[in-house]
Amino acid sequence: MESLPLLCVAVPLLVAAGLAAVGRWLPRPVVDVVSLLSCLGVLGLGVTLLVATGSRRVVSWVAGYTPHGGASVGVVFVVDRVGAGLAVLVAALMTGALLYTWRYFSEVESKFHVLMLLFLAGMAGFALTGDLFDAFVFFELMGAVAYALTGYKIEEAQPLQGALNFAVVNSLGAYCTLLGIGLLYGRTGELGFAQIHQALAGHGPPDALVVVGAALVLTGFLVKAAAVPFHFWLADAHAVAPSPVCVLFSGVMVELGLYGVARTWSAALSAALPAERLRPALLVGGVVTALVASVMCLAQTHLKRLLAFSTMAHMGLFLVALGALEPASVGGLLVYVLGHAGVKGALFLCAGLLLNHHGSLDAEELYGRGREMPVTRVCFLVGALALAGLPPSGTWLGKTLSEDGLSHAGYGWAPALFVATSALTGAAVLRVGLQIFLGVGERPGSAEDTRGRHEDSETGALLSRLPATMVGPAVTLLGVGVALGMVPGLGRVAEQAAQTLLDGGGYAAATLHGAVGVHAPASDVTGFTASGVVLGLVSVALALAVAAAQLYSRRLPAPVRAVGVALRPPLRILRATHSGHLGDYVVWLLLGVTLLAGAIAVS
Amino acid sequence: MTLLPYLVAGWLFLAGCYGLVTSRNLVHAVGCLTIAQSSTYVLLLAVGYRSGATAPVFGDLPVGAPVVDPVVQALTLTDIVVSATVTALLLALTLQIHKRHGTVDPDELRALRN
Amino acid sequence: MSRRARLAMFAVVAAALGAALVLALLGLPRFGSAFHPYGDRAVAVAVGPQQTANVVGSVTFDQRGVDTLGEEFILFGSVIGALVLLRPAPEEREVGVRGAGRVMSSTGLAGYLLLPISLLVGGYIVAHGAVSPGGGFQGGVILASGWHLLYVAGRYAALRRLVPNKPLELAEAVGGAAFAAIGVAGIGVAGVFLVNLLPKGSLGSLLSAGTVPVLNGAVGVEVTSGVVLLLASFLDQAVVLRSIEEADE
Repeated sequence: MESLPLLCVAVPLLVAAGLAAVGRWLPRPVVDVVSLLSCLGVLGLGVTLLVATGSRRVVSWVAGYTPHGGASVGVVFVVDRVGAGLAVLVAALMTGALLYTWRYFSEVESKFHVLMLLFLAGMAGFALTGDLFDAFVFFELMGAVAYALTGYKIEEAQPLQGALNFAVVNSLGAYCTLLGIGLLYGRTGELGFAQIHQALAGHGPPDALVVVGAALVLTGFLVKAAAVPFHFWLADAHAVAPSPVCVLFSGVMVELGLYGVARTWSAALSAALPAERLRPALLVGGVVTALVASVMCLAQTHLKRLLAFSTMAHMGLFLVALGALEPASVGGLLVYVLGHAGVKGALFLCAGLLLNHHGSLDAEELYGRGREMPVTRVCFLVGALALAGLPPSGTWLGKTLSEDGLSHAGYGWAPALFVATSALTGAAVLRVGLQIFLGVGERPGSAEDTRGRHEDSETGALLSRLPATMVGPAVTLLGVGVALGMVPGLGRVAEQAAQTLLDGGGYAAATLHGAVGVHAPASDVTGFTASGVVLGLVSVALALAVAAAQLYSRRLPAPVRAVGVALRPPLRILRATHSGHLGDYVVWLLLGVTLLAGAIAVS
Repeated sequence: MTLLPYLVAGWLFLAGCYGLVTSRNLVHAVGCLTIAQSSTYVLLLAVGYRSGATAPVFGDLPVGAPVVDPVVQALTLTDIVVSATVTALLLALTLQIHKRHGTVDPDELRALRN
Repeated sequence: MSRRARLAMFAVVAAALGAALVLALLGLPRFGSAFHPYGDRAVAVAVGPQQTANVVGSVTFDQRGVDTLGEEFILFGSVIGALVLLRPAPEEREVGVRGAGRVMSSTGLAGYLLLPISLLVGGYIVAHGAVSPGGGFQGGVILASGWHLLYVAGRYAALRRLVPNKPLELAEAVGGAAFAAIGVAGIGVAGVFLVNLLPKGSLGSLLSAGTVPVLNGAVGVEVTSGVVLLLASFLDQAVVLRSIEEADE
């Protein structure tokens, strides 16, 4: 059992190296099958870990350097239910993504698959490790490979610039994390989460070093999680990366940034920084992210950029749910992440299907042309409704659980924020879905930049018939995302998992002293409350209303249109900040670090 | 001055960021990113220093002699080689940008404005 | 943002961040302090049970070996990624190496003389990673740069013939796989990933420290091939690849 976490990392690494060595001589189907099998292997290992972590954390000291007297020289992998669940999610999404690429992306022989498997290994390692520097190493692994995957389409100008912005901003964030690790190492002399926790405990209020060190370490993870003001890279990268890669970006990579924040705080920093210090920063950051992203989302016509901003809006909601640092809301967050991964993954694959069939990602150009794609149409529109929070989908369940958890923790404004954000992002996705697949509404005409016109299809020539290997994963991901809401007891399991995640003392005891730990107290949350269902239906109704307003904007009554006109100047300013200019992004990043440090210091 | 090595690390980081913010050439920007990264090395190695101690290699040294911290050295040396290859990745992107856009001036790259 | 706005905003933010950093740095232990608990433990383990004279090598390949596994694969992934990004575009073709221009004969001579010396030094550093400063990463970089003395000496065509891409990609993958395979073998033999299985020998001798020299070798092969591949793909962009219109001139 103790070897399983390391096998989750080592197996994809070995298979990737093997494919890189002999891939050019293997027939393409063999490469596809081998990669799929290794993903399924990791999936199986992850599920085994998921089952085993119901009652304890799986602690694995690499190379056998077990601790003596609470100290060790080795690196430890500590897996609890959340870590195992994330590893399962990564493997499942990767399986779907690789199935989608069946037979395509062959210009580079097997290198695309090599990069995807390395991406899998990096994400799995990040989710499972118990050492802060090791987490940084896997963070860099997932980053470096992601930059290359984003810039894959070298024949076009946009992917390269998007990939470079992504690479520089995320790298700078990672270097901030490393600076923070250096500061904390100078104070504690340790690199593992549990060891840092032990060394920081019992020293009273944190001084400047701990505050700034914590802010720096969390910065890299918040950059990955695309929280405002670290978020500018996300839309640039998502708009241009190949569709299967976008599935992974939106489904799990940005969520891993949030996991990094949660894990680092609870397992290491909570000894010196009580929850009250971090809550304001996370809550405010989450609210601003959700609102900014929702507004930007409504203004897009490029399909993938729109979906990217909707991911960012949901990340804002996730950040708020995390920010309360309470098991109830964090449990809801976990369910919401799972539901969102399925739904958003399906939407990105549908976008890819549109691209491969019609050669465009622009809502204006695609107006009405999706009518002959029945399966994709249903998939996309159902996905849009699920994003808006239609009961009983997985996204609705996560939303309800988070709203309840936050209200009980005293944040009564949270349901309103959740309803508004899901409604606005759902409206944007519904709007393009109705325009493209049903030709509803007035023909759009816009003068914004960043068009998705005449993009090269990802499959070489345009496909006249969409293969089952492409449509199947989209439908399956959507099905799972929607069906998740109907799994009995999911809310309870999630809340218990959240309890274990937030228990820093238990983490340290299990890692350094082999303590088995107590079962998390059983919760009685179900999610199927009347208020939850009502709020879900309200979100959907609002989404339909906003979508209709955008689709039929010329028929709206004059007062409503006047409001729309009045909002244009601030909107233009907001859109101008998303300039695509690297220097701007770096300044915003530095501002974010400073604000985060300030927020932690004064709370 | 016992604070100077640490201040050098901080200065390097901010200087690298200044270069990134004001850069007119993406190749220069990638170089500035490397400078920002080198600040992390200086900090780690400065934290690991011990007065009156020597390199942690016991070939000729008697066992038990004071040595500097080997852990940060291990972290730094692997990181340096890795950062060289990641820089290569970024420069590959820059090279292709030059081919597609005809320029490497961030002020002139307009493809992603929104 | 306009340049001036960006610069003004940066000035304000950098001042604030700089002040915060200085406050934080003041909290660090005095430069040269003796507080290194992890370092002391690592030294004790390296010279004790693991008989590794180069403690940094012990930490890199034994005590924190999984970090190095990750870093090695970052290198691997970056090289593969750079190869993917620098692949010939549909409208480009290889037209053979363009002439080197004038290279001074003294430069050529220096290149030829230094090539075997650097290869020897690089190989030595890789092999002695467990007993003296050095190891796979450092030696690998020296080996890779040694090959490129041929480029400096104006013999790029000879370099491309001597080190073609396909064997290099194979070597790089084998180097990476070897590290991961040794790790997995640890699970098979002793139930623990990356455990140091081989006999430890005695402190300071060439065959000591168990698996550390083997892992050094694997990393050396991987770094050498990876860096040569990287340099080759960049040089190809400059010297070999031409867009079809130019090639027809």
